[in-house]
Amino acid sequence: MADVLEAVKVSRSFDVSKPWLQRMLSRSGRRSLRAVDEVSFSIPKGTTLSLVGESGCGKSTVARLAVGLYPPSSGDIRFEGQSLSSARAQPALRRRMNMIFQDPYASLNPRWRVQDIVAEPLRAFGMLRGSAVGDRVGQLLSQVGLSPADGAKYPHEFSGGQRQRISIARALSSEPDFLVCDEPTSALDVSVQAQILNLMRELQTRLGLTYLFISHNLSVIRHMSDRLGVMYLGRIVEHGPAEAIFTEPRHPYTRLLLDAIPDLDAAGGVGRVRAGVGGEVPSPIAPPPGCTFHPRCPLANDRCRVERPDYTQAGPVEVACHAVEEGRG
Amino acid sequence: MSALLDVQDLSVDFPTRRGRLHALDRVSLSIQPGEILGVVGESGAGKSLTGAAIIGLLEPPGVIVGGQVSLEGRRIDKLPPEQMRRIRGRQIGAVFQDPLTTLNPLYTVGRQLVETMQTHLGLSDRDAKARAVQWLVDVGIPGAAERVDAYPHEFSGGMRQRVVIALALCAEPKLVIADEPTTALDVSIQAQVIALLRRLAREHGTAVLLVTHDMGVIAETCDRVAVMYAGRVIEVGSVAAVVHRPSHPYTEGLMASIPALRARVDRLAQIDGAMPRLNAIPPGCAYNPRCPKVFERCRHDRPNLMPAKETQAACWLYAEGAVHG
Repeated sequence: MADVLEAVKVSRSFDVSKPWLQRMLSRSGRRSLRAVDEVSFSIPKGTTLSLVGESGCGKSTVARLAVGLYPPSSGDIRFEGQSLSSARAQPALRRRMNMIFQDPYASLNPRWRVQDIVAEPLRAFGMLRGSAVGDRVGQLLSQVGLSPADGAKYPHEFSGGQRQRISIARALSSEPDFLVCDEPTSALDVSVQAQILNLMRELQTRLGLTYLFISHNLSVIRHMSDRLGVMYLGRIVEHGPAEAIFTEPRHPYTRLLLDAIPDLDAAGGVGRVRAGVGGEVPSPIAPPPGCTFHPRCPLANDRCRVERPDYTQAGPVEVACHAVEEGRG
Repeated sequence: MSALLDVQDLSVDFPTRRGRLHALDRVSLSIQPGEILGVVGESGAGKSLTGAAIIGLLEPPGVIVGGQVSLEGRRIDKLPPEQMRRIRGRQIGAVFQDPLTTLNPLYTVGRQLVETMQTHLGLSDRDAKARAVQWLVDVGIPGAAERVDAYPHEFSGGMRQRVVIALALCAEPKLVIADEPTTALDVSIQAQVIALLRRLAREHGTAVLLVTHDMGVIAETCDRVAVMYAGRVIEVGSVAAVVHRPSHPYTEGLMASIPALRARVDRLAQIDGAMPRLNAIPPGCAYNPRCPKVFERCRHDRPNLMPAKETQAACWLYAEGAVHG
């Protein structure tokens, strides 16, 4: 199957230096933060790749890189084989990718009517004009479970879940093939989250969409993903078919994450015994040497403290871990 | 055993220009000494408001318009602010969602602990300082003896929430109200903080009212759960019964809509629609427009909690002589 999106050793750094005058006075140099560090993945057409990780792991930066909102500092992102910078130069390709954001209260212009919000991509790409726009907007709104008459309302008249439906309608209006969904349900309540997740999967089947899905919620990820990448401090530490990772997590960080999630099964004392994992995510400005996970890792040894692990193939999964490579896991 | 905290028919209104909004409608809860009670619901269900009303920290214009709150048999909902202030901290501790706004950024964490303990327990400087260090050790802060002189900004989010927990427990209150204590934290930190809260509550025999929207957290931590919907408690029961064998159709729908970590399904069960806004609560049972088991009585009569299978549920399915369900 053809890959819709492919990332090859993509890195992105941000300049987090102090202002020039302060730098001169304190004689300190420039500082940069490597938010994404040589990340590679590919997403076959019609499937979902999910990225999971804790805050600051770089998953939202990857989302923005994937639609070209940030250019990569090094490495290459290809959309259907074309480098993203040249693909975005062509409106015909640019309209084929779109994004759904986390907060439906911030991502919809409060002063615009819903019909204008949804029609904006149509107008921006000059796809339709005149009365055809209104028809298409009505069709899009029904597709996401709203009524065509809702187009005349303003965003504040809708609940969080309905607003997220409006964002999805807007994202679909330019008939994209590829959608980046950055935490699309984290601002929603669980019963509404189920509605949105069901809608997204229905649309994927019906329209053959390809998703890059970003979340910190592993249960949501399991429900949505075909393939999964687990990120820690800017790197993908484990990458492979989602089911394989969920049934047999190999990287110690993936195991920690799966183990840490409070689970309904625990109710009434039938819960798991947790491995006591401590520690916190270090600052990405000064990541630890070697494997960045070693200060929290129960399997760390001297090699992990100095040498950065490369990917090892373990069954269907790629893992960046010395312990897995040496069979210490 | 008599209840430590007893809330009876507590109602809170918000007067607005377009009429009064009933944010809490006759909420009744009780907590036994040493018990952990979870309060769960979607945003706007009134769960945080319940916590705030109990400790007398309702934001104006919210007002208590009915019912009573008793702590160890003594009414506390009508106390003058000065007396209520003494109860907060000494007898009821609080942990809020955002640890950064709970801590005073200008004082070291040690000073905040010392001040709390001296206010409520009347300890000497030296004793209070020693206890402060001991509390930081208890909540798992590495290098507690040095960190006691650090400022809140020098701690990470998870560490700050540990300090807040120490602060809530240091005056040895009988009850702690924890409002979304783990929501601002990352998942791997969440688990540590929940385990800590649970362990300390058990060790000190402190009862906890844990307000959260996260059913996973409830399942792992609580003894009993109260489920709230549109300002009312609609189901109360032991955590195992509410999570695995709920009686109320809303709780049932809520549990089914949570994606499972251990298995994948093609389609999640979903509850259509959304919780009504406070200005548009339908007559009868507030859940009736979304309820798959709705029948005539639900549309005009409002149910109160009644015995239902293993729990108490506010649902006409379980009314005396009901043939439905």
